[in-house]
Amino acid sequence: MNLAEGVQLVTLAILGLMMVASALGVVLLSNIVYSAFLLALTFISVSGLYILLNAGFVAAAQVLVYVGAVNVLILFGIMLVNKDEDFAEIENAWIGKTATAAVCAGIFGLISTMVLSHPWAISTAPAAGDKAIEVIGQHFFSDYLLPFELASVLLLIALVGAIILARREFIPDMPVVEQEALTLPERPRELVAAGIRDED
Amino acid sequence: MQLEYFLLLAAALFSIGVYGLVSSRNVIRVLMSIELMLNAVNINLMAFSNYLDPAEIKGQVFAVFVITIAAAEAAVGLAIVLSIYRNRDTVDMEQFNLLKW
Repeated sequence: MNLAEGVQLVTLAILGLMMVASALGVVLLSNIVYSAFLLALTFISVSGLYILLNAGFVAAAQVLVYVGAVNVLILFGIMLVNKDEDFAEIENAWIGKTATAAVCAGIFGLISTMVLSHPWAISTAPAAGDKAIEVIGQHFFSDYLLPFELASVLLLIALVGAIILARREFIPDMPVVEQEALTLPERPRELVAAGIRDED
Repeated sequence: MQLEYFLLLAAALFSIGVYGLVSSRNVIRVLMSIELMLNAVNINLMAFSNYLDPAEIKGQVFAVFVITIAAAEAAVGLAIVLSIYRNRDTVDMEQFNLLKW
């Protein structure tokens, strides 16, 4: 194994460890803000994995969209629903969590058995590498044109839907509270009667 | 052998996401677990694209679409969470039980 492959392997190990550790922090920590920031670290490690997979454009898009938009949106959501409540304890909650953990371990075991036993047909064609963004652009405008246009329509629908769901309803018949006109504290003095004369 | 490493990492991330999805009580953590699962699927797509289809990288195109859909879904999901919070004044998943039979 030469130096480049060694560096790749060590980087893969570090990024993988970072990703799994921060993902465990997202689902296990009780403070939701810590979970949100560890989610950003997960997204960044996934972007690093994409760079190891010769995909610079998708790595940049991952950081821009996931860390820059989705994670910030989640943080805003946490800020807006930040009710400082302790959830009511449900009894024997550990039974459900243990069963879920067992099922998830089973899912992981099943997938890893399949992955390790399948003979993957690794291609020997040269990787697109830095030309990846050109190839992606050509795909978007030739054979993936319809999903591309539909994705833009879907983004429009999601935008309109999210705004309608999240806006405050305007309630027009709230009673208007009359406020006293603001007055400055003045020295009380006699009013000067200006221009008043007795009628004859 | 490197393809299997990426697929195993993606499988681990997916299982962690499933655990968070099923066992979280905070509804925002459920949305974060959904994002973890979508990222796991994306790692799978990118790994297959790099090792099985390195010239035409159709997997990367698919992954870009998944990123787009995930962002739209996160926005709509959080709008729904906000709407529920305004009505029920809680984010506890155990309290959202109107559909329970």
